[in-house]
Amino acid sequence: MRALGILAIMLTGMIAGGAPVALADTWEETVTKARGQTVFWNAWAGDERINAYIAWAGEQVKNRYGVGVRHVKLSDTAEAVSRVAAEKAAGRETGGSVDLIWINGENFAAMKRNDLLFGPWTENAPNYQFVDTIGKKTTTIDFTIPVDGLEAPWGMAQFVFMYDSKSLPTPPTSIKGLLNWAKQNEGRFTYPQPPNFIGTTFLKQALIELVEDSTILQNEVEANKFTAATKPLWDYLDVLHPVMWRSGKVFPQNGPAQHRLLDDGEVDIALSFQPSEASSLIARGALPDSVRTFVLDGGTVGNTSFLAIPFNAKARDGAMVLANFLMSSEAQARKQNPEFWGSGTVLAMDKLPITEQNRFANLKLGIATLSPKDLGVTLLEPHTSWVTALEAAWAERYAAGK
Amino acid sequence: MSLAANLANDADWARRRNSALRAIPLVTLLLFLGPVAAGLIGTALPAFGYLPALGGETLSWVPWRHLLAAPGLAESVRLSFVSGLATTVVALVIVILFCAGWHGTRGFARVQRLLSPLLSVPHVTVAFGLAFVLAPSGWILRLVSPWATGFERPPDIIIAQDPAGLTLIAGLAIKEIPFLFLMTLAALGQVDAARTRTMARTLGYGPIAAWLKTVFPQIYPQIRLPVFAVLAYAVSVVDVAIVLAPTTPPPLAVQLVRWFNDPELAMRFVASAGAILQLALVAAALIVWWLGERAVICLGKRWIRTGWRWRRDGWLRRAAAVALIGGFAIAFFSLLSMALWSVAGRWRFPEALPDTIGLATWIGNAERLTAAGWNTLSVGLAASVVALIFAVGCLENEARFGKRATNRALLLLYLPLLVPQVAFLFGAQIMLIVLNIDGSWVAVAWSHLVFVLPYVFLSLADPYRSWDDRYARTALCLGAGPWRVLRCVKLPMLLRPILVAVAVGFAVSVGLYLPTLFAGAGRFDTLTTDAVSLAASGNRRIIGAYALMQMLLPFLAFALAAAVPAWMFRHRRGLRVTH
Repeated sequence: MRALGILAIMLTGMIAGGAPVALADTWEETVTKARGQTVFWNAWAGDERINAYIAWAGEQVKNRYGVGVRHVKLSDTAEAVSRVAAEKAAGRETGGSVDLIWINGENFAAMKRNDLLFGPWTENAPNYQFVDTIGKKTTTIDFTIPVDGLEAPWGMAQFVFMYDSKSLPTPPTSIKGLLNWAKQNEGRFTYPQPPNFIGTTFLKQALIELVEDSTILQNEVEANKFTAATKPLWDYLDVLHPVMWRSGKVFPQNGPAQHRLLDDGEVDIALSFQPSEASSLIARGALPDSVRTFVLDGGTVGNTSFLAIPFNAKARDGAMVLANFLMSSEAQARKQNPEFWGSGTVLAMDKLPITEQNRFANLKLGIATLSPKDLGVTLLEPHTSWVTALEAAWAERYAAGK
Repeated sequence: MSLAANLANDADWARRRNSALRAIPLVTLLLFLGPVAAGLIGTALPAFGYLPALGGETLSWVPWRHLLAAPGLAESVRLSFVSGLATTVVALVIVILFCAGWHGTRGFARVQRLLSPLLSVPHVTVAFGLAFVLAPSGWILRLVSPWATGFERPPDIIIAQDPAGLTLIAGLAIKEIPFLFLMTLAALGQVDAARTRTMARTLGYGPIAAWLKTVFPQIYPQIRLPVFAVLAYAVSVVDVAIVLAPTTPPPLAVQLVRWFNDPELAMRFVASAGAILQLALVAAALIVWWLGERAVICLGKRWIRTGWRWRRDGWLRRAAAVALIGGFAIAFFSLLSMALWSVAGRWRFPEALPDTIGLATWIGNAERLTAAGWNTLSVGLAASVVALIFAVGCLENEARFGKRATNRALLLLYLPLLVPQVAFLFGAQIMLIVLNIDGSWVAVAWSHLVFVLPYVFLSLADPYRSWDDRYARTALCLGAGPWRVLRCVKLPMLLRPILVAVAVGFAVSVGLYLPTLFAGAGRFDTLTTDAVSLAASGNRRIIGAYALMQMLLPFLAFALAAAVPAWMFRHRRGLRVTH
């Protein structure tokens, strides 16, 4: 069934690739129209390095294409989804307040399902041709949902664990090993509170290892199977929470908050979705230089994050120009540079001209970053319906004040 | 133009201006209570399933059923209710005992000068600092570790975000104490407190008993509305709770904001029902308070009748002073720690001070800080100046046509401070969307006006009303028209209180979180919205920079309010500050 689905997607992709997308404008026209527009870019803003990168990208696009960029700072991407949905409900078909969203996973799924997105448009953007759609499958399938040209790939992410090698010389190598270690070291582990995406990813990571048959996670969740499939996860967390930081009664609210705990020495392990984040935090003085990164033997969850344009975006052309710039090798190389951000590129090196490849080749990984080989296997994200179900069940069990 | 025509024209002008003045109280009420009323209706209808834009066509109880089934709701409600009441009790008891024990002493006046600046700092700024100072990896423990405690690593104990909400209560109380203290001071000026107290003292009563038995019953009715405002605020606070309250589950108001922002639009019905529940919760808290008042009156009367002199109250006087000054010291310490973080390089536990000091945080975030700072400044100035115009209009209307504001009118003024923000902001947002101004500067400034106006009015009302009318009569006798008297005599003489009122309004505006979030549709960044969205990240350096800006802007406003009249009246002895 799934293979058929993927085949169907590939076919659609080919058709779409053969006959250019149903867009009235050529790229030149788009660039011309974009001049003078202001793009309201809705992006999660909980990390100042990312904010600084976004500000930089805005300046570049302003100088080169005359497109203004305003970063609408979100603490949760769902806020932007909800605003677009509210505008649709209110009948605002044009002139919407959101022009570009940094998005993936269930937020993309919700927008696609409710026809809240403009497109397909990504293949019209000249830089899309350099995207690695073969080696990095997650650039075309977002949490099991086909992208269908509705969102432009922007960054690669893989779940990694940071640890302080000074207080934790040999980190655990599996989810079960993590529990054993936590039992011996009470109060030294925690994870961000779901529905924060790092926290939810930890749940997914644990579930993939603990569930009996992990293939069911690739399909839509069925209520009658959910209880049985997740029972090992809850049993695991029931044992883990009492030996966690603050006995599992208080949780950090997001990734950066947990990095601070690691820096303060309150915990020994922190979680991240960017393999090079530890290095860049060390470079910035936000983590001690004894911090390193590890992954689990069975692999860790990985995904791609994207840029999507709502159906009623006011500055649609500007948004496309901005997204295209963000896919350029220049912007991607800066993004991968741990000095600025340290998020993996979505581009395929062999598709790029040699001069452009050098931008990446010359990047230093940083002392705490694992090489692509050491990062090990990338596990596929479960179907987005699992996320919603997991978050609800988690809230009921652990956030209801019992 | 003939002289007659000119005169007629003038008279026409005057009449028109007079009728404009007469209309001002009504316009003020509409502008300022309109959004509250529209917002409440706009929240109440979806609470019962009616919101056609989202497919809710009929009235139903479904949102309530979903609300009541939400995990952790009971705990959220309990947390909001208990922490709100506890905050008010703690703050009021400390203020009253301190006033009772120390009123009339030299230290009392000094404390007054200490506390006033704290009033202008936004709640959430203090909360940021407190979260750091009190944390197990925070400043207090850093100062005594490891030499005294032996901690090389921070201990694993819950302080901030404790399940009982004690840190939340402490954080709120520390900020409410200066407010209630200054309100009590204002009330003390209205009664003959000093002589009443002296009389009771000569009858042999101890300082606290004398004050509580004779002065307190006279001033409580006057500080009652501010106390109610504190209670309503504490039960429904969002920004401070995001920093200091537990999250499993969070207090009701925080949970509601999350639901309003849920991508699943159906959650807005549940959130609306929750907002009505929040309204009921505030009402319930006010009723409980009212019952408490009855009980205190009943017991208090009996206590007064016993004639107990209570001369050995030294311990309680000292305890009250320690609580009040301790609270102030912690707040001061918190703000200092935020300023320090904004320039800190590496600063790990258990270092008492940062390893390095630098401006990296400020330089790296200069653009954001400036942008948010400008937004804060422009909205705050606009809201407080417009509020000032309306407040002067209403007061001048009152002065000229002799209508005195009744108690009921005062209650109207307090209404936006008593109704929980979350209960009407969602509805008000719908109104803004219909007017097609949501997310605009105007919408944000208007939403701020609703909360700024009461404070500007309250702060200006007393000096305006007690202005000596004989100046006006003298000017009128010399042939000036009433408008000229206002422009050339009254307003210049009242310049100092007018500027203070604007500064008060500005300080209120700087701290507004939820109104900015809703009216700004998330697109309008002020220092406070930016800082709260960063709060969860726990990045103390950048939060420190924001906190410092949040402190600086109101401080500058008050400094200007003091400096401008001093400079303008440097040649007029009669207009100098005498006290």
